[in-house]
This record gives sequence, C-alpha cells and structure tokens, in this order.
Amino acid sequence: MKIEKKELVDELIERSLKGEKLSISRLISMVERSDEYAPYIMEKISPHAGKAYYIGVTGPPGAGKSTTVDRLISMFCKNNLSVGVIAVDPSSPFSGGSLLGDRVRMNVKSEKMDVFIRSMSSGRVMGGLARTSKEAARILDACGKQIIIIETVGVGQSELDIAEATDTVVVILTPESGDSIQIMKAGLMEIADIFVINKADRPGAEDISTSIRGMLKRSLRKRDWDPQIFMTSASISKGIDELYAGIWSHYDHLDENSRLEQRRKRQLRQELHTRIENEFAKILWDMVHKKDIEQVVNDAWLRRADPQNTAQQFVWSSLRDSGLWPQKQ
Amino acid sequence: MDRKIKVVMAKLGLDIHWRGVYLVSQFMKEAGMDVVYLGNKFPTEIVEAAIEEDADVVGLSSLSGNHLALGPIVVDMLREKGLDRVKVFMGGVMPPDHAKRLEKEYGVQKVFLPDTPMQEIIDGINAAVNNTH
Ligand code: B12
Ligand SMILES: Nc1nc2c(ncn2[C@@H]2O[C@H](COP(=O)(O)OP(=O)(O)O)[C@@H](O)[C@H]2O)c(=O)[nH]1
Ligand SMILES: [Mg+2]
Repeated sequence: MKIEKKELVDELIERSLKGEKLSISRLISMVERSDEYAPYIMEKISPHAGKAYYIGVTGPPGAGKSTTVDRLISMFCKNNLSVGVIAVDPSSPFSGGSLLGDRVRMNVKSEKMDVFIRSMSSGRVMGGLARTSKEAARILDACGKQIIIIETVGVGQSELDIAEATDTVVVILTPESGDSIQIMKAGLMEIADIFVINKADRPGAEDISTSIRGMLKRSLRKRDWDPQIFMTSASISKGIDELYAGIWSHYDHLDENSRLEQRRKRQLRQELHTRIENEFAKILWDMVHKKDIEQVVNDAWLRRADPQNTAQQFVWSSLRDSGLWPQKQ
Repeated sequence: MDRKIKVVMAKLGLDIHWRGVYLVSQFMKEAGMDVVYLGNKFPTEIVEAAIEEDADVVGLSSLSGNHLALGPIVVDMLREKGLDRVKVFMGGVMPPDHAKRLEKEYGVQKVFLPDTPMQEIIDGINAAVNNTH
C-alpha cells in the first residue's frame, strides 16, 4: 500500500518535471494539504528549482494587483517566457472557507501562452501569503516556469512575507491610498523595489507619487537601489510597457555584483532560521507536554507572577524534569 | 474526508446575471469550501482553471439560455483531459426538461433551478464529493 503510493508520487513528480499541468496541480495540492509525502515531494523538486525570476505583487485590496498581473502575464508571454502565478486571497476566519477572486481579472488569451495560475487561501497566516505559497512557487519553478509572480492577500497590514519570498517586490497603490502614514505603517516603504500608482486615470496620482518620492528621500536607510515609481492604468493597459521595463531593470540590478545571490541567501537564512526554531519548539513541546500548562497559568495567576519569569522557570524546570538538562549546573 | 472541497465557479459564457452565482459562492465559502470564482468564462478557460486549481467541483451558472450549448462542452472537455473525478453542477434559469437532459444525457451531476434552498445545494455538493473519496 505504502509502496504503491510512493510509486504514484514518483510518477507525478516525473510528469510534473516534464511540464504536465495535471500532475503539477496534484503535487501542489499534496503539499498544500500537508500530505505525508509533502516533504518527499519538496526534496525531489527542489534541486530543479531556483532558475526562475520571482516577482511579488502587493498592495491594498482593490488597487488593481490582479489586473496588473494579467497585463504582465501577457507581456512576459509576448516575450516567449513561461509564467507561473500564485494568487493568494484571504480565508474566512469563521468557516475556514474562502472566495478567491483573482482569476476574474486574469485571462489567458491564447493557447500559445504558457501560463499556470494557482489560487490559494491564506488560512490563518498573517503575512500576506499562504502557509505553502513558497512551496507552490518552487514547484512551478522546478517544473519549468521562467517567471513566477506571487500576488498577496493585500490586507495592507503585514504584507512583509512577500519580501522574503521574491526577487523583486512591486507595491501597487492608487490615488485613493492617499495617506502616506498608511503606507509607512504597512511597512511598504521598506519592501518596495518598485512602486506603481495604478488607476492613474483618476485624480490624485501625482500627489501620491510626490509624497512617496518625499518619503524615500527622507528615509535614512542606505539603499543600493532607488525604488522607481510608475503610473499605470492597468484596466486600459496604460503604462504597462514602462512598468515591464522597470521590472527588468531591477532584475539587471540584481544580476550585478551577485546581488541576487545575496538576496536569496538572506531569504534562505531567514527561512531556515524560522523552520529550525519551529522544529526545535515542536520537539521540546513534545518532550514537556506532560507538564500541564494550565497548572502554570493558574500558578502565575495566584502568585501574580510576571509571565516572562514564569515562562523561563517553566522551560528550565521542564528541561530538568525531562532529564535533558543536568539537575545542577 | 478531512480536507476542504475546492470549487471552480463561473458564469457560463457571456451570461450577465451575477446574483445567483455570487450567493451560492458565498454560501459555499461559509460552508468551509475554497471557491475560485472565475467571473465570465468559456469552456476552454473553465477547464483550464479546473486543471490548475485541482478542483473537486466545477459550478456553472446560466440564466440566459446557453446551458445546453455550453454546459455539455465543459463536461466533455473535462473528461477528455482526464478529469473524471470532477463533478459538474449547474444552476440558473432553464426549462425543467433541459435540466433533466443535462443530468441524464450530458453527465452534469445536478442542476439547481431558482428558489432552491442554499442548504440543499451545499448538501448536494458535499454528498457527491464525499462519495468519491
Ligand atoms: C435580475 C435579472 C436580471 C438583471 C441581472 C443583474 C443581476 N443582479 O444579476 C439584468 C437586468 C441585468 C438582466 C438581464 C437580462 N436578463 Co434577466 N433576469 C433577472 C431576474 C429578474 C432575476 C435573476 C436573479 O437575480 N435571481 C435571484 C438568484 C438568487 O436566483 P438564481 O440566479 O436563479 O440562482 C438560484 C438558482 O438558479 C441556483 N444557481 C444559480 N447559479 C448557480 C450555479 C451553481 C453552480 C449552482 C449549484 C446553483 C446555481 O442557486 C440560486 C439559489 O437557488 C430573472 C427572473 C427570474 N425569475 O429568474 C430574469 C431572467 C433570468 N432574465 C432573462 C433575460 C432574458 C435577460 C436578458 C437576456 C434580457 C435582454 N433581452 O437583455 C438579459 C441578459 C443578458 C445576458 N447576456 O445575460 C430571462 C431568462 C430567460 C431564459 N433563460 O430562458 C429571465 C428568466 C426573465 C424572464 N422570465 O424572461 N436580468
Ligand atoms: N479606473 C481604474 N480601475 C481599475 C484599474 N485597474 C484595475 N481597476 C479596477 O479595480 C478593481 C480591482 O481590481 P483588481 O485587479 O481585482 O484588484 P486587486 O484586489 O488589487 O487584485 C477592478 O474593478 C478593476 O477593473 C485602473 O487602472 N483604473
Ligand atoms: Mg486580486
């Protein structure tokens, strides 16, 4: 039974690497659902990944992210590049279900376009991506897509995960995004490689562009890249050529002085750090889980002990009790 | 089954009516399903989306008379592409005997006509999908 499934998975992987859509789609689902074979799939897939150029698109809901992605897909395809898209939308915190609408704007106009679009619901993750967005992107990369575009949830609060998952971050705003404080609060100034003021057909586009330029000038952070600002009207395809060229100019910048390598290594370091931490935590929790946390809560409550010290004592006494740590230092 | 049902929903062809498909999609979401809404799409795009999204269910809404012209094409194309396990549901306005034909002759799992209670639709989808897993 087990062996049969492994053979099935191996076949799926083989077909996926040849670019067969149905198999790629199944693989993504298995990883998305934390199938027992998910780690195996990622192990087999990863050596083939890393060739694609990863572009992140973020910004508040309704700014025109999906519309812009649609236009960019056309541009890449026109230049004979294959494109994989991961489009993330929020889940309902109540039912866990979701209504994913990004595909409404995305239309593949011709059979010749080599495009794979996958929608994902964010689940309970807060960073703008789904738990397995990165894995899905890696699968598309490994299976031959040359350009990977990831569209975030766009709740405008904590969209920073995208900067850890992509080579170029495009932040899309509109004249209505107005208030520069909002932009700063969302941390968008820090992560944007390219700003787009979309819906430039509406009044106020110049103002917001000026205020972004001002903020960038005042920012004390040292950059080796000056974020560019583009005005677009994605729904009528205005300004898309310039944006497309701008994206490639950021790629050219990354291509020099091994900046791309540095960026990806930094991301990898960050990701590994988080994953190792999680793994450690999981193991340690398993070892001490016999200890009742409710009892500690109650203890702290009665003694009015502060949580920081309580937590520290909990960890140390757990370690000693489990024999992982010598009784006396 | 311990996983969410994934549904690809479309307004068939150029059908302009959106209230029904929107309501049904909302209810599916509240019932814990992942619904990928496509807006207006033709069969080729709908099937392409079903492949890329690894859908369990394709839902088609048709209120302006294209149900017999386009519905069966979607079912055929899905089968051609090897997506035998994908269930196709339809809804909207059509003569009841057309609905029967879509179910009996053209492989549509079930057609839901106007005024069907939402829970009936959700239950129908849950039952059909759980049968195959
Ligand atoms: C509102 C309406 C419109 C609005 C639509 C705006 C909107 N909000 O969507 C407007 C004014 C734009 C409109 C336009 C037209 N309409 Co109109 N419209 C209606 C009307 C009055 C109500 C539709 C509605 O919203 N119902 C409420 C929703 C909740 O019900 P529902 O959509 O049927 O959905 C239920 C089920 O069908 C099912 N369901 C629906 N979709 C799906 C999908 C799935 C997957 C599932 C599982 C279930 C499901 O679940 C829902 C809950 O039970 C109907 C009359 C009627 N009695 O249906 C005519 C009606 C549908 N329209 C009709 C026509 C002819 C048109 C036009 C062609 C008119 C014209 N000549 O221009 C155009 C359409 C142009 C086009 N390209 O599509 C006819 C269709 C005749 C036919 N099919 O044989 C109807 C029946 C009126 C009539 N008696 O003649 N219309
Ligand atoms: N006026 C105007 N509307 C636009 C423009 N680009 C997109 N829209 C509309 O804005 C709405 C939201 O677009 P969408 O791409 O779904 O935004 P997202 O939520 O950021 O992905 C849609 O109704 C689009 O048609 C634009 O350049 N000008
Ligand atoms: Mg979108």
